[in-house]
Amino acid sequence: MSETDAIPEFKSRGAGASDVGITNMSALTSGPGIKSLREVVAIALVAVIVIGGTEALLNIFAVPQYVLPKPSEIAVALVTEFPLIAPHLGHTLVELFGGFAIGASVGLILAAVITQFPFAEKIVTPYILLLVTTPMLALVPLLILRFGFGYEPRIIAVALASGPMVMINAATGFRRVDQAKIALARSYGASTLQIFWKVRAPMALPMIFVGLMVGSIFGLLTAVGAEMVGGGFGLGNRLTSYSSMIQMPQFFAVVLILSILGILIYVFFFLMGKKFASWEA
Amino acid sequence: MTAKQSTQPKLRVSGATKVYNTRSGDLTAIDGCSLDVMDGEIVSIVGPSGCGKTTLLWSMSGLHGLTSGEVLLDGAPVTGPNPEIGLVFQEANLLPWRDLDANINFPFEIKGTKPDRAWINELLHRVGLDGFGGRYPRELSGGMQQRAALVRALSYKPSLLLMDEPFGALDAFTREEMNRLVEEIWMDTHTTIVLITHSIEEAIFLSDRVVVMSPRPGRVASIHEIPFPRPRSLDIMASSEVFNLMNTIKMEIVGSRQSRYPQGGTAASPQPARAAE
Repeated sequence: MSETDAIPEFKSRGAGASDVGITNMSALTSGPGIKSLREVVAIALVAVIVIGGTEALLNIFAVPQYVLPKPSEIAVALVTEFPLIAPHLGHTLVELFGGFAIGASVGLILAAVITQFPFAEKIVTPYILLLVTTPMLALVPLLILRFGFGYEPRIIAVALASGPMVMINAATGFRRVDQAKIALARSYGASTLQIFWKVRAPMALPMIFVGLMVGSIFGLLTAVGAEMVGGGFGLGNRLTSYSSMIQMPQFFAVVLILSILGILIYVFFFLMGKKFASWEA
Repeated sequence: MTAKQSTQPKLRVSGATKVYNTRSGDLTAIDGCSLDVMDGEIVSIVGPSGCGKTTLLWSMSGLHGLTSGEVLLDGAPVTGPNPEIGLVFQEANLLPWRDLDANINFPFEIKGTKPDRAWINELLHRVGLDGFGGRYPRELSGGMQQRAALVRALSYKPSLLLMDEPFGALDAFTREEMNRLVEEIWMDTHTTIVLITHSIEEAIFLSDRVVVMSPRPGRVASIHEIPFPRPRSLDIMASSEVFNLMNTIKMEIVGSRQSRYPQGGTAASPQPARAAE
């Protein structure tokens, strides 16, 4: 006998558009899209004015390079130094992907499991919140003491920073139970596992993407931060090393690479969200 | 179960009682509801809101158990989801991340069976949804969504269709159109239908019998036979018999409620007729 002894909430939550996640997911998927040639021209024009204007101002006021390098100098540094920076980019990516893969998997599984047990969830949530709000960078010196200057402390820090972020968002998604849709599946004789995979998981997907995006950005921050703390490689290490040698164009070239990396992460999850969770927007 | 006697009802609900254990104490939603539905019959359940109509229907579907009493389908107790039963919910309850085809395939995915494409295409054609298979629910109007939900419920050929205020969210015209559609489908399939509705007109238009339930705890207060032939024309629906029947049923449901103001006419205090048990 399949029993629900709570009074069922009979109302379906509408045809998908009137739910909690709409604000969250639409922030991801309803970004401004480029529509016409006019817009493209306008965007390019503004970019030229901003970059060119910066270049001109720095020239006019003869701002020294160690205060702020000119965009042209940064561009030159990016091209000439890239062969030297590239291996460090590789190291940062290894830390980011390694740590994020571990953190996100654990976070997702934990979110899926814990939301099935409201009582356990209440007990665990404070610790998750603690993990979310504590900057994991603070642990890096300790981790270095224990694991040395290799990949390990950084991967652990990235996992600790991204995992709870993924978990807390995914849990929000899994908690969005729509009794009518679960009842629908049950009326066809669906098992608990089928209900999870065919109703709960798809319903949580938009929030999962939000969690993955925020988590990976947090992971990137933590990876670079950890590299600045110690160890002889990675983009964060390049930042400290270039700034100590007052090589500002090179320094900003690394900053530019980090910005591009962040944007790529955002665009990736934006597109994933659009493909797999656009039903909510 | 196999030897089907002409007297055996398609669906028998006997002494159905459901008590919810809530934080503020026990809540008796339905109390000793008994009802027989014959094969091929359409029965509507009406009653004041909160009288346990949905609880009764969910018990019939096997979605939740009863505190006491039983539900028999073709003589066999219903103790869980049953492939012979199709369910249509309030609002269409389509899965928004699936297109129409995938929504209709959903029951088959769960059951691990192959959908009968020919039958589904026929149903889609009947409800005017051919060519919409690739559309997502949000791209369809409320009426289209509910028609899709109807196709989904009929896709695996249930012998009993349970509908929980299926057209309550639709505008009056779309609702009438949906009622015609249900009538038409019934004329073709003679599927036994039990539906909950708030519209007495809808109940009379569709049903062979209208069951009136009392306020909570829900009991069967009275049952009205609706003897008109099908298809039921606008003329029949405009007749004085239907008018009188509608008013009688309405009186039973809202009659006990008194206005704060003195009644204008002669205060005929109608007592809801209790069903003889």
